Amino acid sequence: MTARRVVVTGVEVLAPGGIGTKDFWNLLSEGRTATRRITFFDPTPFRSRVAAEIDFDPYAHGLTPQEVRRMDRAAQFAVVAARGAVDDSGIDLTALDPHRVGVTIGSAVGATTGLDAEYRVVSDGGRLDLVDHTYAVPHLYDHFVPSSFAAEVAWAVGAEGPGTVVSTGCTSGIDSVGHAAELIREGSADVMVAGSSDAPISPITMACFDAIKATTPRSDDPATASRPFDRTRNGFVLGEGAAVFVLEELESARSRGAHVYAEIAGYATRSNAYHMTGLRPDGAEMAEAIRVALDEARLNPDDIDYVNAHGSGTRQNDRHETAAFKRSLGDHARRTPVSSIKSMIGHSLGAIGSLEIAASVLAMEYDVVPPTANLHTPDPECDLDYVPLHARDQLTDVVLTVGSGFGGFQSAMVLAEPGRRRT
Amino acid sequence: MTGTAVVTGLGVASPNGLGTPAYWAATLAGRSGIGRITRFDPGRYPARLAGEISGFVAEDHLPSRLIPQTDRMTRIALAAADWALADAGVSPGELPGFDMGVVTASASGGFEFGQNELRKLWSQGSQYVSAYQSFAWFYAVNSGQISIRNGMKGPSGVVVGDQAGGIDALAQARRQIRRGTRLVVSGAVDASLCPWGWVAQLAGGRLSTGEDPDRAYVPFDRAARGHVPGEGGALLVLEEAEAARARGAHVYGEIAGYGATLDPKPGSGRPPGLRKAVEVALADAGTDAADVDVVFADAAGDPGLDRAEAEALTAVFGPGGVPVTAPKTMTGRLYSGGAPLDVAAALLALRDGVVPPTVHSDPAPEYGLDLVLDRPRTLPVRTALVLARGHGGFNSALVVRRAAR
Amino acid sequence: MATDVFTPDALRRILLEAAGADETVDLDGDILDTDFTALGYESLALLETVGRIEREYGVSLDDDVLSEAPTPRTLVDLVNERLSAARAA
Repeated sequence: MTARRVVVTGVEVLAPGGIGTKDFWNLLSEGRTATRRITFFDPTPFRSRVAAEIDFDPYAHGLTPQEVRRMDRAAQFAVVAARGAVDDSGIDLTALDPHRVGVTIGSAVGATTGLDAEYRVVSDGGRLDLVDHTYAVPHLYDHFVPSSFAAEVAWAVGAEGPGTVVSTGCTSGIDSVGHAAELIREGSADVMVAGSSDAPISPITMACFDAIKATTPRSDDPATASRPFDRTRNGFVLGEGAAVFVLEELESARSRGAHVYAEIAGYATRSNAYHMTGLRPDGAEMAEAIRVALDEARLNPDDIDYVNAHGSGTRQNDRHETAAFKRSLGDHARRTPVSSIKSMIGHSLGAIGSLEIAASVLAMEYDVVPPTANLHTPDPECDLDYVPLHARDQLTDVVLTVGSGFGGFQSAMVLAEPGRRRT
Repeated sequence: MTGTAVVTGLGVASPNGLGTPAYWAATLAGRSGIGRITRFDPGRYPARLAGEISGFVAEDHLPSRLIPQTDRMTRIALAAADWALADAGVSPGELPGFDMGVVTASASGGFEFGQNELRKLWSQGSQYVSAYQSFAWFYAVNSGQISIRNGMKGPSGVVVGDQAGGIDALAQARRQIRRGTRLVVSGAVDASLCPWGWVAQLAGGRLSTGEDPDRAYVPFDRAARGHVPGEGGALLVLEEAEAARARGAHVYGEIAGYGATLDPKPGSGRPPGLRKAVEVALADAGTDAADVDVVFADAAGDPGLDRAEAEALTAVFGPGGVPVTAPKTMTGRLYSGGAPLDVAAALLALRDGVVPPTVHSDPAPEYGLDLVLDRPRTLPVRTALVLARGHGGFNSALVVRRAAR
Repeated sequence: MATDVFTPDALRRILLEAAGADETVDLDGDILDTDFTALGYESLALLETVGRIEREYGVSLDDDVLSEAPTPRTLVDLVNERLSAARAA
């Protein structure tokens, strides 16, 4: 039996500046930014006062009042994106054995925004050590353990197969989709509704990134605050969002005449075993993840048409990643375009990996490489082709997307037109 | 390489025993670790009992550099990982980093650490929040810290599946072994016995408000009224079978089969998914129901959930068709740590040919279960099934069996 | 709590609270001119340490304080400079 191959047949995105794949892609391909001064709460006390926020009306996206009440914002994003992805795929899940349909949702920080708000109430503004349970909302447990996100998505789409939340920090969005692909490949499921969601823009998140100076203090010009690979970069801009996909086995997708966006051709994750927040300058572990993902895809470095970078805009990350690309791709690292959509939609922690997969898939769909916005001043430490400011028309059949997360996680995924994988 | 995943090391941290020998001795003797909460004053809350780990002094096990940046659950997990590696006779420094991975489950992350930082945020201001809040509370922290401490650079992961997630982590670890990784540390530890965690658990509506430690958590009993939570769990060392054999490792058993399902949306009228998870796990293991010697039950202690589990078991095994036990009646439910602890107990049952008991429960006959009650039952155990369920409808089943010689 | 002088002993205490101490390092020994990295403290530990100093002493230190002050002595001096500047203001 030949190994089962896994393809993406449905995509839906909720991103800052673009709900739905069309608006999302317009934003990216036009190189516009969605970063702004924080409006969700008064950011005045914080070091970093910018974020990439979504103007999201859950009712406009079909959520019921009960769903809105019980779900954290990130869970709402996940459910809306999952429904959209299933619609986009055209698949009739009710015609399948529900035990063969699974769900994986990635999230780095779960319901942290909901927990922050509820803690403030039950502790009466931090005054009570013995917090008051009589003020707790009934759905607090669903915030406490964010596997509720996967349960909500499963209920929304009618899945009864394997389900989980994948939470590997800022690589969750790649690892969730990679995990789902493995389940299909090994035969544990036929269809996976897989993606990731995070809605971390809350005081506790801003405060903890302030404390490690990971987010940019460039609050005076929010629209240009996220500057991956630029010499003036000085931290990331927090974002939020979700992207969810329908993954299927290739032959069954073809036999139902589904539109195939891309094959999940290769995926790997490694750890740097070095530091919870720090990165080794040589990028060796990310390079190893890239090497293994390419090997699984049976593709060579020079098959890669576009590298969708982690590109968070911290000094450390962009240097680390540049080294990893050179180490794994050799000379091709200098020939292939590399860009970071975090320049436009910020860094949405566990969600961003799936948003970057979505951007990669759309780059293949439209044969356009999205740019790195705000890249005006080259940095000698970052000396690859980062597609500054403007998108580039280019045949794009094979995309490498990577992520790097607190905890030391380094993940890489190769997406390819199904015909490009060597069999 | 066969790609078979075997367990060669156990690291246990349980309310009724710290370390595998203490846990196993207490469990066979029926000694419970459930009592009134001491970590904070539970008097104002409707539930006051928990399974607390006593006698764990982090400074005895970990370098002081790690203490300020870790939640209690991470300290316990790091110690348990050390114990598991020592039990396996593995020195991680002697193996290539990329050949070793870490896959853990988490339920609520480092909730006590998070509570302290939230308190500082809201009572003192944002500049009082610790730099460590950026990772010390989050779900991935145990995998990350175990990886760093032991130089493990191979495929790693973190899953959240409420109280079923611990089994999903072990299954993911097995997957990595099958795909070529030599060794994976896997399992889970949770410890959210702090006021903020307590309030969140109370909101879930499944905590027992019983006051008597011997009657508060009585799964399959007509008096079942919820569960007592606890803290702790287990980390296991999984290795590829031939590699383990080649180095002469003691093998506890094989991770032979796995199945996972989600329950349908409440009100859909479709049946719950536990039975299907069991059937998938048995098929995955290539095992008939008749070959299963014992089932470690999820044992929710909630009448509806107990009935659903009993129905699944009698459907697969027939009424009274297999010995069933729930040693977690001595520890409380340890969230993501509970299932890996049960897997450890199942492996010890394989080793010793003895099934640990379920305590405190007087099972309702209508459930049709052969519960191993009050004292251990001696029987040859070749194959064991471990079940776990999580809030929101997660069902996971794992088959372990004696390794082929 | 604003205090007038930041002493090496205060730094030792805050380092221990913020980040513990490497087992091979005697913080009570002659450490004042040893780089923090050689003492086993990496950037995260020092961020936590600096944050605690800022809160306890009511001073504000620059983002690049640690490149200016790579040793305990230079950090103590720098904090004291800020404290006296604050008194003069």
